[in-house]
Amino acid sequence: MGLSHLAMINAHPDVKVDAVVDSTGYILDVLSKYTGLRTFTDYETMLEKVELDALLIATPTRFHGPMVKAALDKGLNVFCEKPLTLTSKESKELAALAESKGLVTQVGYHNRFVGAFREVKALLETGAIGRVTHILAEAYGPVVLKSKGSTWRSQRTEGGGCLYDYAAHPVDLLSWYVGAPVGVGGTILGSVFSENTEDEVFSTLYYPDNVSAQLSVNWSDESYRKMTTQITISGTAGRIRADRQEVQVFLRDSAPKVEGYEKGWNVKYTTELTENVWFYLRGEEYSAQLDHFVKRVENHELDDINSFASASTTDRVLELLTIDAESGPATRDDESVVAERPTAKRGLFGRRS
Amino acid sequence: MDRLLFGDNQFFGVNHMSEEKARAQAMRFQDLDAVMAVLDNAYDAGITTFMCTTHERIEKVADRVRSNPERYADFTFFPGMPYAHKYADAVTESGMLGAVRKFLPEEGIMNAMLRGGASLARKDIEGLITLLVDAEMTMFRDLKTPVIWLQNVVVDLLLGLGFDDAFTIFANHVKKRYNAEPGYITMNLPMLLGTLDRLGIENPIICSNINKIGFRMSGGIEGYREVLESHRFRAVAMSVFASGAIPAREAIEWISEQPNIEAIVFGASSKANIVSTKQLMDEFDPRQ
Repeated sequence: MGLSHLAMINAHPDVKVDAVVDSTGYILDVLSKYTGLRTFTDYETMLEKVELDALLIATPTRFHGPMVKAALDKGLNVFCEKPLTLTSKESKELAALAESKGLVTQVGYHNRFVGAFREVKALLETGAIGRVTHILAEAYGPVVLKSKGSTWRSQRTEGGGCLYDYAAHPVDLLSWYVGAPVGVGGTILGSVFSENTEDEVFSTLYYPDNVSAQLSVNWSDESYRKMTTQITISGTAGRIRADRQEVQVFLRDSAPKVEGYEKGWNVKYTTELTENVWFYLRGEEYSAQLDHFVKRVENHELDDINSFASASTTDRVLELLTIDAESGPATRDDESVVAERPTAKRGLFGRRS
Repeated sequence: MDRLLFGDNQFFGVNHMSEEKARAQAMRFQDLDAVMAVLDNAYDAGITTFMCTTHERIEKVADRVRSNPERYADFTFFPGMPYAHKYADAVTESGMLGAVRKFLPEEGIMNAMLRGGASLARKDIEGLITLLVDAEMTMFRDLKTPVIWLQNVVVDLLLGLGFDDAFTIFANHVKKRYNAEPGYITMNLPMLLGTLDRLGIENPIICSNINKIGFRMSGGIEGYREVLESHRFRAVAMSVFASGAIPAREAIEWISEQPNIEAIVFGASSKANIVSTKQLMDEFDPRQ
């Protein structure tokens, strides 16, 4: 259980919270004493005893798989925090199971509900910056600032670590903007403070049609007041830079006409890109994604952004990054590597001089 | 309460519009002298109430004000607590109970440990809340704090959870121990008013975003308008300029036309902006 998830969904006018499950009995006792919510210490008992329409899962990633499966088997619609599971195989199986049962699923990649990142998606779909050549996807923030940590986030085996916790966000934005990569290279999972997991993630991602992306993520950086996710996209007709607060777009003279934009610099702020939500706690996007899930369950809309199928694409990339990081440098500096003289390219009209 | 209150977001790299601007401000205001220079500008312009968080740098501001009582004879703090990031970081690092232990007040630590320990064991939230308030308030000892705020992240979390008792516990403690008025900051004004009405907390001081474009006004601008007209409470408007999205003149003119707004809190980094905001208020709002 996540307290802020509970607060947001409990405040939703169309939702009634019938039960809360957490392994910490202490928190449950306080909750039931002061809010009257019905509580359970294990989800299996809860699923047996309480009749539900949907389940919201916010636990360490390691538990997602079995919990999601149990819920789907019971015929429940599921909202699960990101990442879906720790292997893309398991994520794909869950997506297939949900599909076969006709259940609504959603994963908490909240950036897809941030006004600025939605604006980027809309710009890409209209071809505003021409053919995309490269994307820089970044995330920085202050999570692990010393070597000792006692929560699950400091354990790779629990699904903790900068890759699954932090890098998953910019990776998912890449999946949304340009789809699944054909491969990855040069991945580094580096440590700043952590002993049992990584604090930094860097990699190059290769996409079809010569599109490339670079990923730069560090969760041990307190020069950022809170998590900051940034996307910079270069195209043949311009460039887009976006974070949660604003979108800056530079359009070349060759760019097509885009409504609301002019050639040269354009800046749009969150104040104009964001719609009000029924209840605000940490940011409109967190409320908006839950509201979206509720509406989808009400209307039985199966195929949508952030479904299990979409999340399993991101899980696959996280897996590829883990595998790639083991291989080290692709080109090593030893005696066997000899550079050949560079040969000048012959231009269309030119001669080699 | 003064009509104009001075806020502190600008000092801590909080800007709801631009991360670049936020970073530039964080760099500039790392120096306490830079913070004090802006506070002096506000004070000398007649804006003597500082609505602030309990960020560790505010402790230094409090020290300066305390050490110069003549210069700051009218200086008034409206502290807001808890400083949410401090706790969020601690919870991420040490878990919920670890975080609570970490913030036990340093003064009278044995007493606090007993009160805290017993409260933890009995699952007695009253003991914990009062303890945490006391921990946050130590930095303001001997200073004027006639209003003490509960920050929006906590107010809205409690509101969503339906943890209603906490609002009453906070109100009672702040009145009894500090002889101050409790204030609540929220992003969900209509919803919070419903809860406080139900709890019988009368005429509460509530601070929320109120601006012409409806930015971050959950429940919608119409819902806000309705409660401003129909509910008895003391409204403090923040984000009146919607982080700069509304031109200052237009923003102040609009807010001065809204019913029952007791005060406006604003942040500024330059003397020119402080003075011009004051002048706009004088022009559109001669009541002050």
